[in-house]
Amino acid sequence: MLTAVLAIFVLAALAPTVHRMTPSFSHWLLALVPAAITVWFATFLGPVGAGEVVTQSIPWIPTLGVELAFRLDGLSLLFALLITGIGTFIVIYSGGYLHGHEHQGRFYLFIIAFMGAMLGLVLADDIITLFVFWELTSITSFLLIGFNHEDASSRRSAVQALLVTAFGGLALLAGLVLLGIAAGSFTLSGIEASGIDIRAHALYLPILVLILLGAFTKSAQVPFHFWLPNAMDAPTPVSAYLHSATMVKAGVYLLARMNPTLGATEVWTITLAAFGTVTALWGGLMALRSTDLKKVLAYTTLMALGTLVMLVGLGTEYAMKAYAVFLLAHSLYKGALFMGAGSVDHGTGTRDVRELSGLWQKMKITGVFIALAALSMAGLPPFFGFIGKEFMYEGMLQAGTLGLLVVAGMVIANATMLGAAGLVFWKPFTGQPSEAAEHAHEGGPSLWLGPAVLASLGLALGLGAIPHEGLGEGLLGAVATSLKGEAAKVDLYLWHGLTPALGISVVTIALGLGMFLGLGGVKRGLDGLARASRVNVDAAWDHVLAGLNAVAVAVTRATQTGKLRDYMVWTFTGITLMLGGTLLLRDGILLPREMPETSYLGIFMAALMVVGTIGTILAFSRLAAIVSLSVVGLSIAMFFLVYGAPDVGITQLMVETLTVIIIVLVLAKLPAFRKGEDGTGGERARNGAIAVAMGAVTTAILLAVIAVPYELDLTRYFAEQSYVGGYGRNVVNVILVDFRAFDTLGEVTVVAVAGLGVLALLKARMGRTRTGSQAGGDQP
Amino acid sequence: MEIVMAFVIGIMVAGSVYLLLSRNLLRVLFGVILLSNAVNLVILTVGGLTLGLPPLIGPEAKVLEAPYSNPLPQALILTAIVIGFGLLSFALVLVYRGYQELGTLDSDRMRVAEPCDPAEMPAPVGEPAKTREAA
Repeated sequence: MLTAVLAIFVLAALAPTVHRMTPSFSHWLLALVPAAITVWFATFLGPVGAGEVVTQSIPWIPTLGVELAFRLDGLSLLFALLITGIGTFIVIYSGGYLHGHEHQGRFYLFIIAFMGAMLGLVLADDIITLFVFWELTSITSFLLIGFNHEDASSRRSAVQALLVTAFGGLALLAGLVLLGIAAGSFTLSGIEASGIDIRAHALYLPILVLILLGAFTKSAQVPFHFWLPNAMDAPTPVSAYLHSATMVKAGVYLLARMNPTLGATEVWTITLAAFGTVTALWGGLMALRSTDLKKVLAYTTLMALGTLVMLVGLGTEYAMKAYAVFLLAHSLYKGALFMGAGSVDHGTGTRDVRELSGLWQKMKITGVFIALAALSMAGLPPFFGFIGKEFMYEGMLQAGTLGLLVVAGMVIANATMLGAAGLVFWKPFTGQPSEAAEHAHEGGPSLWLGPAVLASLGLALGLGAIPHEGLGEGLLGAVATSLKGEAAKVDLYLWHGLTPALGISVVTIALGLGMFLGLGGVKRGLDGLARASRVNVDAAWDHVLAGLNAVAVAVTRATQTGKLRDYMVWTFTGITLMLGGTLLLRDGILLPREMPETSYLGIFMAALMVVGTIGTILAFSRLAAIVSLSVVGLSIAMFFLVYGAPDVGITQLMVETLTVIIIVLVLAKLPAFRKGEDGTGGERARNGAIAVAMGAVTTAILLAVIAVPYELDLTRYFAEQSYVGGYGRNVVNVILVDFRAFDTLGEVTVVAVAGLGVLALLKARMGRTRTGSQAGGDQP
Repeated sequence: MEIVMAFVIGIMVAGSVYLLLSRNLLRVLFGVILLSNAVNLVILTVGGLTLGLPPLIGPEAKVLEAPYSNPLPQALILTAIVIGFGLLSFALVLVYRGYQELGTLDSDRMRVAEPCDPAEMPAPVGEPAKTREAA
């Protein structure tokens, strides 16, 4: 499985090159790999359908216990097949759709990389791996939505999608980590096998909320739905692939995955059913109102996503089966419809249904397959979509009172699907050819192959071309099993007698026909509703972003003043507070118990250091300040000499002398001190307070350190080994050149680099003349 | 003696912090010098202060006989002094070149990396405003 995922990423990396070398048929070449992987996954249909679960695990970050663990069960396999299968057709379709586009190679790179990320996501068993792939899909989605980056609205949509899904992603990460901690395992299979009932865990609610945030943002549930219709700014293959068949289903996938672990509680059922139904209803109604073919489809996708969420929430056996069936049905017809809509756009130059009619004469092939897919979407027999809808109703009817409430919403939502189906097929293809339809033309095979296969599959599966028993007991049964956590099989049928579900279907179809015929009235009614909501959410989004920007600007203004002093103030205040705070909170203030010996010589040097320090601060002339500084430096040198460190003392003496000489030399070329350079009176008081606090903290730390007995192991080692091991009698020197030779080498390097830096600075001329003389002005 | 030094070092750190907060980069530089001196003293002090007795092995001995002053902090300080000198030279040249290029030692008025509105530029210290207009 890792090989499959990696193969796709490698393909993505190679795609631009392949495209450059064979621009005219690169899409056919590139499609070979996903096609092969589809076939490879298809070989698992038998074993997985029989209930087998294939796993694979490679250590990734062993120190953190993160593994590249993969698992293939029914749910993963269905998704994997959809991703690679539809992906194959999408790659082919992109070749035709973007033919001659300047950045076609880049497009292949993005979309194939997305395919790899999505595949990794559904195969991942380790939850950290899952999260990484989850974020990768968000990023590739951002790149794809913003593919037409010259277009401001594309950019806005891309950023919006990224921020919404990445926000959810962060919540998801937190949720997954909490889940891992609660269950004591970081693999999905481990969590399911752990036997710990997460539902009874104290962290259940936080985990649930965080994971739902992740899933709802990704799968565009109300109120996070607004990014999905906007994402239609992406090229059509992207909309078909990411924003209907695969990526937006990641959230739905995750919910299904979590169902055995987190599901079947009251919170879970009600939340999911409520959000799902509202989203479905909203999506369906908005679809009727839209005039852009892709927007219509985007809203029907919302409807489908809402339905899937609702089904996971209900959690009845039939709901699980319906989830499996509807997921497959939707991916097939929606992929086909999007590609078909793209072909219409490609052939006529417009996607506006108001400008399209009578396309049938010019675009027969596209028309046939759009019709097939639309009928499946409408949920009419004998299409697969009909079977999906029947299962849906059965599932809801099983769920008691809540189910009945949901049914009411879903009848309307499903009816709107019929209306929307009419909108995408009936309206553009029948009637008198419109102006746009006059010069419409059919695309090449790359444009109709995908819709043809997907739409035909929708019909074939409905009619039972692949025996219903095989499909139902095999793959879809395995999906239901994954969801339920226990064995289940799906009995697919077209005719199942006169059941309540059939009755509801009939009502749905009648209502849908009514909606389509009275579309004008419905639209007017919806317009008012729309103004009250989506537009607002979308506009609110801008306000939120503007607000964030304003906060960022204000914070930056306040903290990034461009003045070195201010940064120093912050730094020292921070250090003082953190060190001092730690000392206070952790009882770090210790005083040495016994007074160690003092010496008059030492006290004298120490007094000189204090005098020198104060002198440096108070000195009004630069020379006085330097003299004071050297008083400090020289008394330190003497102090070293007195306290048994002659080498250090001599070095200090030399360095001090050099420092003073160099500074005095440079001083001649610098302006004199002026009064008030330490700031205004208030600033000086503030600086003084910070300085005193910092000094006090330093003293407190030193006292605490002195109070603790010395650790002399190392020193003893050096004392014993210096001559025996290092053949030197001056222990300090032996330490420097022998025991810590690398350290000394590093030191020499630093000095050399500093010297080079000095040289470079002195040589460099910025090539910029001083404009106007500011302070001083006495350039040497 | 260590306790006395703890207070002396505290005073030196306070002095250096005060200098580091100045507008004049030369004073900031003095702060750096003072701070690195203070830190060297810290290293010596926390290693224990022993009057006299440098860590030298006598001509007849094979190992260093106690008592002796702790050699390890001394080795560390030697490294620190040299590095400190490297840092100081570089900083000094930086200040000097900065003055050459920008015509000021006032860190508030060095706004190449983070430009500001000319109207918001802080006035030079101790200089009447009219000199600026004349320029």
